[in-house]
Amino acid sequence: MVDAAPPFRYRQPMHMIAPGQDTAGPGSPPPDAPPAKRLVIAASHSWRERLRLALADIADTARLWPLVWTLSLFDIRLRYRGSLLGPLWLTLSTAIMVGAIGVLYARLFHQDVGDYLPFLTISLVLWTFISTVASDATTCFTQADAMIRSMRMPHSVHAARVVMRNMLVLGHNVVVIAVVFALFGTRPGLDSFTLLPGFLLWLADGFAASLLLGLFGARFRDIPPIIASIMQIAFYVTPIMWNPAMLAHRGLAKAFVELNPFYALLEIIRGPLLGQPLNPGAWHLAVIYSLGLFLVTGLVFTRARPRLPYWL
Amino acid sequence: MTQLIVNDVSVSFPLYHAESRSLKKTVLAAASGRLGEDSRHRLTVEALRGVSFTLNTGDRLGFIGSNGAGKTTLLRTMAGIYEPVGGSITIEGAVTALLDPGQGMNPDLTGNENIRLRALFNGYSEARIRELQEDVAAFAGLDQFLALPVRTYSSGMVVRLGFAMATAIRAQILLMDEWLLAGDASFLDKARQRLETMVRGAEILVLSSHRPDILLQWCNRLIWLDGGTVKADGTPEEVLAAYLPADQFTHAMETAGKTA
Repeated sequence: MVDAAPPFRYRQPMHMIAPGQDTAGPGSPPPDAPPAKRLVIAASHSWRERLRLALADIADTARLWPLVWTLSLFDIRLRYRGSLLGPLWLTLSTAIMVGAIGVLYARLFHQDVGDYLPFLTISLVLWTFISTVASDATTCFTQADAMIRSMRMPHSVHAARVVMRNMLVLGHNVVVIAVVFALFGTRPGLDSFTLLPGFLLWLADGFAASLLLGLFGARFRDIPPIIASIMQIAFYVTPIMWNPAMLAHRGLAKAFVELNPFYALLEIIRGPLLGQPLNPGAWHLAVIYSLGLFLVTGLVFTRARPRLPYWL
Repeated sequence: MTQLIVNDVSVSFPLYHAESRSLKKTVLAAASGRLGEDSRHRLTVEALRGVSFTLNTGDRLGFIGSNGAGKTTLLRTMAGIYEPVGGSITIEGAVTALLDPGQGMNPDLTGNENIRLRALFNGYSEARIRELQEDVAAFAGLDQFLALPVRTYSSGMVVRLGFAMATAIRAQILLMDEWLLAGDASFLDKARQRLETMVRGAEILVLSSHRPDILLQWCNRLIWLDGGTVKADGTPEEVLAAYLPADQFTHAMETAGKTA
């Protein structure tokens, strides 16, 4: 398709064509017309051609980031339109949950609240991001069907929108983490610089997972409930409410920890925030799982991208 | 130069039954080794078969044909939404497609917010977004309504907003489905003026409609689609003379103010 720029890439000056304002004479080309770019959409079965189109799709999304940002912002605003506190509810509901569960579970697990509450806050906030991205992702294309069927736009915009929207939610919840840290005097460790690469890995993983789950969710309508139940199980299996150290003496923790991709992803962010030393094992696992995810997503997206509008 | 080449385009829709669409059936089929056979013998509807034509600067093409002839599918394919399973589409110039009144708008967002999204999609700056909002408000006559959610609009207002928004953003190729005709008479006049200024600026218009008088007035070329193939291609008068019964054709010519 994309030989040069696709039509939506034009940054052209606006032409006011209200009736009676016509300045262009009959037949004369409009003064502000951009040079015509060629767009070829051909039915092709070569993987090279398909890969080129898939990459162009993602590159176009990167160029359209103001659109992705505004779509995400409107999503949040719509959810709380008419509500008194608005998006503050995001922060408030997390704070209430952390406060209630934190005190209860600290007693159940015989933990010191001062140690447990910061751990739980980070874990819950990060897990909310992971699980909401996963569930939103399965419907990201089916819910945008009106947009997809009305104009040609890069499909990956809808996957990026899921990540961006949940980043905004995460931004609201970071306030709760900051307050809990201030209350209990928790200090991030010396290895906090690894937060940046960790965070970038999270963004890339979230985008890839959204594309993959979105495509599967559009093709197979059973995917959303399947993913929902998988994420529910993952919540209990992964050290989120509990710390692997708590169960180490029972020999239970290892299997849940060493092969669990969610644990690895959580740990590369949670560890440095809680002042723990760099965890090379978690990083290895996180990078290997991410590369696997990118590969599978790349294959599926390259193959399925042209078919997506037919599935909606 | 603006050009649109449709070359031997075929489009077919896979038919997913409620069951075959589900994961269960696919997994069961794979488990019993029937997946390959399944995908080879998958039922498809051939919406378009071997459609070819070329449009150049100044062309105003109309599509006519019975329901299900493939008019809307062809428009969607020309807009690049459906990628064809055979053949190719070559587009030179910016395309705007007015395929349904909703225009991919989010009904819960206000008119202004929907205009902003459309402008961002076209890479507009903040100043231009405001200009666009003013332009759309002036043309659609919706001033105070633009601050309300689109779902509170009447269907005529949605049409006006969609049309104003799509035509305020400069396109060289305009693809339109017949929903536009839901507007009232005064709006149709305004719409035609606006379209004429666009088409005069050396552009391509493609219009699908069931109304012969509109096609006669707006188009200089007509394609009759039947069962996903081109049945006739020529001037509106020629094609309509073949498509319509004689009395209706005469009537349409009279309504359009032309003499046979």
